[in-house]
Amino acid sequence: MKKHTGRDLVLSLLLAAAFAALLYYFQYDKAASHNYAVSILERSAIYAVVAVSMNLLNGFTGLFSLGQAGFMALGAYTTAILTIPTHVRQSVYYMNGIEPWLEKIHLPMVPAMIVGGLIAAGFAALIGIPVLRLKSDYLAIATLGFAEIIRALLASRPMDRITNGSYGLNNIPGFKSIYQVFGIAAVCIALMVLLINSSYGRAFKAIREDDVAAEAMGINLFRHKELSFVISSFFTGVGGGMLAVYMRSIDTKTFQVALTYNILLIVVLGGIGSVTGSIIGSLLINGGQEWLRFLDEPTTVPVLSSLFKPGFRMVVYSLLLMIVVLFWRSGIMGTKEFTWDGLFGLFSRKKKKTGGA
Amino acid sequence: MTASVLIQHFLTGISLGGAYALIAVGYTMVYGILRLINFAHGDIFMMSGYFMIFIMATFPWFLSIPVVLAFTVLLGVGIEKVAYAPLRSAPRMSVMISAIGVSYLLQNLATYLFTAIPRAYPEIPILKKIFHFGEITTSLVTILTPVLTIVLVILLMQLINHTKIGMAMRAVSKDTEASRLMGIKVNTTISMTFVLGSLLAGVGSILYFTDRMTVYPYSGSLPGLKCFVAAVLGGIGSIPGAVIGGFIIGICETFLVAMGYSMFSDAFTFLLLIVILLVRPTGLFGEAATDKV
Repeated sequence: MKKHTGRDLVLSLLLAAAFAALLYYFQYDKAASHNYAVSILERSAIYAVVAVSMNLLNGFTGLFSLGQAGFMALGAYTTAILTIPTHVRQSVYYMNGIEPWLEKIHLPMVPAMIVGGLIAAGFAALIGIPVLRLKSDYLAIATLGFAEIIRALLASRPMDRITNGSYGLNNIPGFKSIYQVFGIAAVCIALMVLLINSSYGRAFKAIREDDVAAEAMGINLFRHKELSFVISSFFTGVGGGMLAVYMRSIDTKTFQVALTYNILLIVVLGGIGSVTGSIIGSLLINGGQEWLRFLDEPTTVPVLSSLFKPGFRMVVYSLLLMIVVLFWRSGIMGTKEFTWDGLFGLFSRKKKKTGGA
Repeated sequence: MTASVLIQHFLTGISLGGAYALIAVGYTMVYGILRLINFAHGDIFMMSGYFMIFIMATFPWFLSIPVVLAFTVLLGVGIEKVAYAPLRSAPRMSVMISAIGVSYLLQNLATYLFTAIPRAYPEIPILKKIFHFGEITTSLVTILTPVLTIVLVILLMQLINHTKIGMAMRAVSKDTEASRLMGIKVNTTISMTFVLGSLLAGVGSILYFTDRMTVYPYSGSLPGLKCFVAAVLGGIGSIPGAVIGGFIIGICETFLVAMGYSMFSDAFTFLLLIVILLVRPTGLFGEAATDKV
């Protein structure tokens, strides 16, 4: 099947080493511009985790869910509550106080993220039982609604002493080193790739292609859909936890529907059904958000000066989504994955064509 | 809660429900014909609010209303032509992503053009006229909304059941391919559906925002989703169902807010959606046996 396994492994390791070296250089250098670049890369990694988990559900299992923001909120709040140092808790919860049983519970970052993921997964398992019976657009609107319910619950008065209500949480300890972000993201994505390539993953794809045929082949539809939904939500929750640690302060406004749409944009741009596509999409979208920042700032170029003002960037953004959907439906990668063969093929294809014709 | 307070809330609820019903009809018609949740419908409704602000600035209200309605219809049909028509043969997920994209675009465009600060909706003097019935105080718009809703829906039903274009719409929603073979112009029929849906959304927007008094770029998104829930509650594809669903949600929401649960009024709507889809996926008046569940 694979001709160049050895070469591919070496190239992949080289790429990873080059990336690590770049990070080391950025950290070593401590220049402000590099901090900025690192911060964008970190956010890309976090969004990539969520985008891949959305892709697992939307692209590989064919379940169109729009509940990402809700599951991220669950993960983020859990991680935040568990990791805020106990000695600053009184000042974080200065308005309403904190529940006594919660006051002493403290976990290191990674276990806290896992707990966050598990809570998101637990909610997914519960909500999945009724919701996964629905198809396409009904599922989308039901999960969207569910995310909205979670957001309302987190900000509601009875939860004040746990989630700090509408004041949000702050003083969340950040990542200790930049390798942590990329390490966690890489592990999450690798686990999802392993799942996609397993027999479960093949069952997911069968359900995506034709659920009736899949059922006839002996695949338990509900069990597999539920499994995909729960696992996707787990990683979405972990992604939410990473976002909380990255942002260091969160409130429920962070987890509005717009966040889900942003992730959807990444998945659509990268190609629905391609893991590497989602990663590339995440880099492009998060990078683009910074590269396109000039669109929000006033300019002196005569024609453009009336066009460039705050908000224009988001207009360009949404136009981009529309253009991708209308004219370039497969996105960057389609359902293909990035391979070294494919990359080299990109260069040699032209030669072959001229030679053959 | 005394009787007069109860009636007061009930009136507010019916008024809100009327506006919801008008928007829900647009959802149910588009879903009936294209099997698409028109996520942009709520934002068309929001844009219609902005149109009113700018047109009322120069024209008197009786001229502004038809102009606003015309612009709303143009926007609705334009969106159909640009974003949905090219994807007619694409998978449903693509069309839905396109609808989400349009919704996102309209919200961002509104933020860009009009800023995120809420703008005051112009007052139409006649609609704001205050009436007193004993202890109950109400304005004309509160009473007019449900009445107008019902009149418009009866007219719409007549159009759908007794005219040629109405027959075409029913045919296309039953079987697009067969109606194309029968010589029905499918694209014209779909455009007509969007014309009617946007027209009603425009009317709904005037009634809704006259009561709410401000418009901001996201003021269409949540009402839009709620109206979709109303359409599902009534049974998607059924126009009387959408109207009744709209009234139910409007009244429930008003009473939840009155009882001090305003935080949960939005969550309640979605909870309702999940319960309906579980218990009776065809809604109150929906036709049975489609592929929705």
